[in-house]
Amino acid sequence: MITIENVSFRHGKAPVLKDISLTIEKGGITALIGPNGAGKSTLFALMARLLPLQTGRITFDELDVRQSPSRELALKLAILRQITSIASRITVREMIGFGRFPHHRGRPGNHDREKVGEALEMFDLGDLSGRFIDELSGGQRQRVLVAMAYAQDTDYLLLDEPLNNLDMHYARDLMKQLRSLADTHGKTIVVVLHEINYAAAYADRIIALKDGTVAAQGKTADFMTEKTLSAIYNMEVRIRELDGKLIALHHA
Amino acid sequence: MHARKLLVLGVLAGLAILAYMTIGARGNWGFILSFRGTKLAALLLVATALALSTLLFQTLTSNRILTPSIMGFDALYVLLQTGLVFLLGGLGYAAIPADAKFAFEVALLTGAALALFGSLLGSGLNDLFRMLLVGVIFGVFFRSLTALLQRLIDPNEFAVVQGAMFASFNKANTQLLLVSGALILLCSLLAWRKRHVLDVMALGREQAISLGLDHRRELFTGLVLVSVLVATSTALVGPVAFFGLLISALTYEIIRSQHHGDLLIGSVLISVIVLVGGQTLFERVLGMGGSLSLVVEFLGGLVFLMLILRKVRA
Repeated sequence: MITIENVSFRHGKAPVLKDISLTIEKGGITALIGPNGAGKSTLFALMARLLPLQTGRITFDELDVRQSPSRELALKLAILRQITSIASRITVREMIGFGRFPHHRGRPGNHDREKVGEALEMFDLGDLSGRFIDELSGGQRQRVLVAMAYAQDTDYLLLDEPLNNLDMHYARDLMKQLRSLADTHGKTIVVVLHEINYAAAYADRIIALKDGTVAAQGKTADFMTEKTLSAIYNMEVRIRELDGKLIALHHA
Repeated sequence: MHARKLLVLGVLAGLAILAYMTIGARGNWGFILSFRGTKLAALLLVATALALSTLLFQTLTSNRILTPSIMGFDALYVLLQTGLVFLLGGLGYAAIPADAKFAFEVALLTGAALALFGSLLGSGLNDLFRMLLVGVIFGVFFRSLTALLQRLIDPNEFAVVQGAMFASFNKANTQLLLVSGALILLCSLLAWRKRHVLDVMALGREQAISLGLDHRRELFTGLVLVSVLVATSTALVGPVAFFGLLISALTYEIIRSQHHGDLLIGSVLISVIVLVGGQTLFERVLGMGGSLSLVVEFLGGLVFLMLILRKVRA
């Protein structure tokens, strides 16, 4: 279980997050949505310990983000953010191998190599395993990073807008893979998403942030109402049911 | 494959050392060996310190263009030295035992470098061009301040400072060989022990944290190592701007690996080949007909321009 208690955050004087308290149950996919500037990425960075907490507390099971050693946290949660610069001369296999670093601290064993092979297989990267990262397309790189987070083999997986750079095909594949990680591997996945319909189709719960506060949260079916979405995005959003799935019509 | 490359580099480095010791030797071998041996030891130490400090710095900042010298580390060292002469006077400065002075300067540089660059690098600022700008400004600032202090002091005292100001591989400061040798050995061992951590640090701050490193602490210890290495090499031969860059660019080009085990060894060997080999060429073959530091700086400067232009186009 992830607990977020009374977390506030300021950039200089401007408040970004205002006294947020949330609990995210173990298991399943939780989508974090909201308009631009709502504070999603800041909340993500705080959970991932990429930013120091100013006030409040965030815990993953018994591990307090502020106090636990980074290595223990790395065995508990893996994070994936939008790609920053990556040293170029790294092969796909080596990059995914880095996901095992928290386990072996630089001396990979057979089990680590097996895990890397498994990740290559699972994310359909076998053919690319010898390629250098800088020779890949944006979408391929994104898959490598997801595979790396998978290889880290943690209970929790946090992803910040993983669908960026992915075309429809790989976006759907990725969401399906996340779904199967949650269902068959029992992982708890928190994913920041821009596109509400991906959240509606794949997440178990949705949390919406707006202006630094929690605007709405709930099980996906309960969350997806015209009233809630229209209020969050300040615009009219219609919702239709198609083949048993709720779809938000927000683009036209 | 890397083992073979390292072996070849090792053999070349060995040949360079052999050539340096034997070419043009006439007369008493006992004298030649001890005379040239001292100079060789200084060159080897400087080669190691420059190669490692550049490689470490580039790994810590996850970039392959900036080096400690470009960021103004050695300008800071010269400033500190000038400041000491200014405060203590030339006589007072000369009266301090060399080892104590050196230890003090290393400590001072480490502190100043951490204060100036630690917060800058720790904030996750990954913008290369901003870092470059900051480095250039710091460098100019330190040099101007040094120049100002030098105008304020007595001409006699200026002569004391001047010795430390220009890079010269010919007149290395051999008084400090023992203490700087020990420091460089210690730093090299620490860097070697951290080679796996360095592999991860090279991925950038976010990945390093995600993979369970205490990024701030690793950055801090890394910067201390860089400062000590820069201080020792600057104390031995004076500031060199682009030598480190030349070596690191050659290393990435030749080794083509991201394992710091290979990179660390490779960069030291390449550095030894360029420095000892170059010095042999200039001292023995060309009969001091040129200055190695000038040529190295020229080549290094070209590499720097090339890397920047490539970055702009990419």
